[in-house]
Amino acid sequence: MNRCTLWMLLLIALGIAAPTVFYPVLLMKILCFAIFASAFNLLLGYTGLLSFGHAAFFGGAAYVTGYLIKDMALPPLVGILAGTLAAAFMGGLVGLLAIRRQGIYFAMITLAMAQMVYFLCLQLPQTGGEDGLQGVPRGSIVGLDLNNDLTLYYVILLFFIAVFALIYRTIHSPFGQILKAIRENEPRAISLGYDVARYKLLAFVLSSGLAGLAGALKVLVFKFATLTDAHWHTSGEVVLMTILGGIGTVFGPAVGATIIVTLESQLADKAGSLVTVIMGFIFVLCVLMFRKGIVGELLELLKGVRPH
Amino acid sequence: MISVLGMPLPALLSQLVLGLVNGSFYALLSLGLAVIFGMLNIINFAHGALYMMGAFSAWMLLTWFGVDYFGALLLGPLLVGALGLIIERTMLRRLYRIDHLYGLLLTFGLALIFEGLFRDQFGVSGETYEVPQALTGAVNLGFMVLPKYRVWVVVVSLTVCFLTWFVIEKTRLGSYLRAATENPKLTQAFGVNVPRMVMLTYGFGAALAGLAGVMAAPIFQVSPLMGSNLIIVVFAVVVIGGMGSISGAIFTGLGLGVIEGMAKVFYPEGSATVVFVIMAIVLILRPAGLFGRESS
Repeated sequence: MNRCTLWMLLLIALGIAAPTVFYPVLLMKILCFAIFASAFNLLLGYTGLLSFGHAAFFGGAAYVTGYLIKDMALPPLVGILAGTLAAAFMGGLVGLLAIRRQGIYFAMITLAMAQMVYFLCLQLPQTGGEDGLQGVPRGSIVGLDLNNDLTLYYVILLFFIAVFALIYRTIHSPFGQILKAIRENEPRAISLGYDVARYKLLAFVLSSGLAGLAGALKVLVFKFATLTDAHWHTSGEVVLMTILGGIGTVFGPAVGATIIVTLESQLADKAGSLVTVIMGFIFVLCVLMFRKGIVGELLELLKGVRPH
Repeated sequence: MISVLGMPLPALLSQLVLGLVNGSFYALLSLGLAVIFGMLNIINFAHGALYMMGAFSAWMLLTWFGVDYFGALLLGPLLVGALGLIIERTMLRRLYRIDHLYGLLLTFGLALIFEGLFRDQFGVSGETYEVPQALTGAVNLGFMVLPKYRVWVVVVSLTVCFLTWFVIEKTRLGSYLRAATENPKLTQAFGVNVPRMVMLTYGFGAALAGLAGVMAAPIFQVSPLMGSNLIIVVFAVVVIGGMGSISGAIFTGLGLGVIEGMAKVFYPEGSATVVFVIMAIVLILRPAGLFGRESS
């Protein structure tokens, strides 16, 4: 526990200092995807459910937030809140269907439902079709002008810390323990009298709501919501971030998000469509060679150094 | 002009045929997925990419080597199937002992690689592939005009589907296959080379995707993204049908193709999502799928 708090403080200090060295927009993107991946990890890492449709919540919330801020001229905080709630609500609907099956079917159902959301984003009159929602104003939160990149960065950092704390608390709560029990042995959890379906659904709603928060914040950063946000490639990306960082580790998803987002922004103009190929290779390597991910392998190493 | 529910009959019938064509592709692809799933217990996410490569193999064979459509119909599936054998041998094989979700993730990574490579090489817009000379034109049935190529696609797909079903359900080879699906260890103890069978199964499933790709080449634009959009619909088809039976995969594929075609006539806005809506309804009423068995 103490070691973890220390790490967290170190990470927060790093987050506060980072904009002096790195470009704030890149950092904000990293934070958004770190929230996204951490939310996803709550489901895959701690409940053992592989959702292949999390982009629907990320992108869906992005559209809701963008629409409310731009077309309804609502303040950004309201937009973010509404986007998050909308994603949680969608998560409830998709979750209700998906938890009826397990394993591979669960992944396929979430993927198919997400594709449906994708088509809705494409076809609904409010979403701007192929162009998406463009020119979403950042506005201001409690008197802070968000058009300043640095101000927005610290606001998003605050959100990130809050989400991280929430997820950390969830994992270490009795509720989190039950989720882990479901992951390890579902029949046993059932025989112990837990209403497994309800716990799974709750985890799904929480995870999709937080994924939505990430999408909502992303709209503020880039001032647009596009179809890419809701595309299954984005669902795959968040899976990749989580695996690369370490499934079921507290810091893993954030590490994975940092690496993938940085890599993508570095390679975008150099490699073009080969970026997808590189992502694919990382995917294959992770699955074949180190399934514990970076943080998972590091923890293993530490264990070796200090035997219990 | 005769009309049904306010739609002119010829328009309705031509959408029906188009639906059958799409349904044939769904059937071939979900059949491949079901065969692979039965044996390997993994969902092959690369199936869409294999289908795409089947279409490109036809284009490359014609453009670079002058091999015509009928040659490609044989060579394309062989090439894609061979690639499937390599994938199984070098990668998938290492994952059988761990959670089956890793198989899904591995094949997803492979799909990204293939798709990216082809996009880098050919761009997003893709290439066109002409309908072969012998199958151009249409038959006028009086009440509608039937393009020959579409009939060809439906007939060939159904024949291949039927043959696959026949081999698996009615022959000795098929009985080994089913035994290996049911209980691999015991089957191996009886002297059947199960690992090789698994490898060939994956290769065969890949070849089916390749065949669908070759046949799709003259109908759709041969593009690097053609598989990835299709495969998600096919996943929904698989969830609807359930993976329990071979014939279930075929019927569900065809049926949903037709329903989708009808949606295009009566409610075009919903045609992209109708399969997913049906999936949701089936999940509520019959979670195991229409032809599926509830497994542990």
